[in-house]
Amino acid sequence: MEVDISEGLLALAPKLGFATVSEVQRLSAGASMETWAFVAEGPEGRQEMILRRRPGPFDEESARSTSLATEAALITAAHAAGAPVAPLVRLCQPEDGLGEAHITMRIAGETLGRKIVTDPRFEAIRPALAGQCGRILAQIHSIPPGAMPLKSADAIGELDRYETLYRSFGTERPILELAFQHLRKHAPEPMPEVLLHGDFRNGNLIINESDGVAAVLDWELSHLGDPAEDLSWLCVNSWRFGVSSKPVGGFGDYQDLLDGYAAASGIEIPLSRVRYWQALGSLKWGVMCLLMYSSYASGATTSVERPMIGRRVSETEIDLVNLLEAGL
Amino acid sequence: MIENPRADELVDAVAKWIDSIRPSLPPRDAFLARVAANVLSVVKREILLGPQADAAAVERLSQLLGVSGDVNTLNAVLCERLRSGDMDAETPGLLAALKANITDQIAIDQPNYSATGS
Repeated sequence: MEVDISEGLLALAPKLGFATVSEVQRLSAGASMETWAFVAEGPEGRQEMILRRRPGPFDEESARSTSLATEAALITAAHAAGAPVAPLVRLCQPEDGLGEAHITMRIAGETLGRKIVTDPRFEAIRPALAGQCGRILAQIHSIPPGAMPLKSADAIGELDRYETLYRSFGTERPILELAFQHLRKHAPEPMPEVLLHGDFRNGNLIINESDGVAAVLDWELSHLGDPAEDLSWLCVNSWRFGVSSKPVGGFGDYQDLLDGYAAASGIEIPLSRVRYWQALGSLKWGVMCLLMYSSYASGATTSVERPMIGRRVSETEIDLVNLLEAGL
Repeated sequence: MIENPRADELVDAVAKWIDSIRPSLPPRDAFLARVAANVLSVVKREILLGPQADAAAVERLSQLLGVSGDVNTLNAVLCERLRSGDMDAETPGLLAALKANITDQIAIDQPNYSATGS
């Protein structure tokens, strides 16, 4: 069903506490999720907002990602825990006519990883980001999952899942093979599960010059698991945007991240645990790159992006070899 | 093999043409055109560096494994030994051979990828 987004938002404006809506603009061209920017205006002023909506059907039970209703609950809970988010304005209801969707405030700042690690305007704030990320992750991990329908994942479960995918491609990549075997043999003792963001990395953070991290975006991969999974995903070299000498997101150092986390949570996570999960993160990203290529190879998609991303597997392989050489 | 022009020159010519029309394209197509030009730069590097990289990988892997074969066969043999536990990260020479092979592959796929400190 085609939905007229402008019309739907215009009709919704009074429920948002505004008279009208303008400047409706599609931001992302993703097939599974749409992002729209718009401006709500009324006697009390104007407010920039973001509409996220899923155009197709969705089954939360079988999906890896959460529903937008769960995402809205996560954003609200993270806000209450003190983590910076784009606050929820409305979880859309069937009578809103916009389908599965939610509306949040639009937060000003930069999300492009490359700019965050190189642009001179972030030079002053950059050294503070790793510690801030540690504190924010501690806040997120303190959220009680309550009734949210989140799935659990531990290291062995993740290895099983991604190894099954890898085997399905029928390819022989010795470094990925070695990484599966090595990580299986060296899995750390399980820790109590916490609520994870699930995709906490440079690229999903809005950064500005005054606040540093102004908002954490993209909550749809949230799940329950090992706190080191979230801490390490931010350190995977693929998200350092060329500044590999700064292990945390291309902007900071491990110790600042871990100190920030310990100060806010009281929990000391050893670097070795982060490095283990970082290797698992590189391995997962490598398999995801193979998955994106396979959607081209099978004829399911035709975009030139998909086969090209298959050539990013080698970046995860060189990172894995370096991690293994360093004893993780 | 024909040398006037060489295959890498043909690929390069198309990449240059794509770059020349990119500014006139709408944003989504301009993005995909940049990806397409990157694809051609990979193809060009594979034409220039691939044979040498394959030969070096065959040399390293056959020495490590004590068997001969092409690079795909040797990779398959190595994967089997890793799966069975015959070889692991402690196996002398394994990480060095894998690192040399993947370094050659990165030079084709993403020569600017920075992996120091990873």
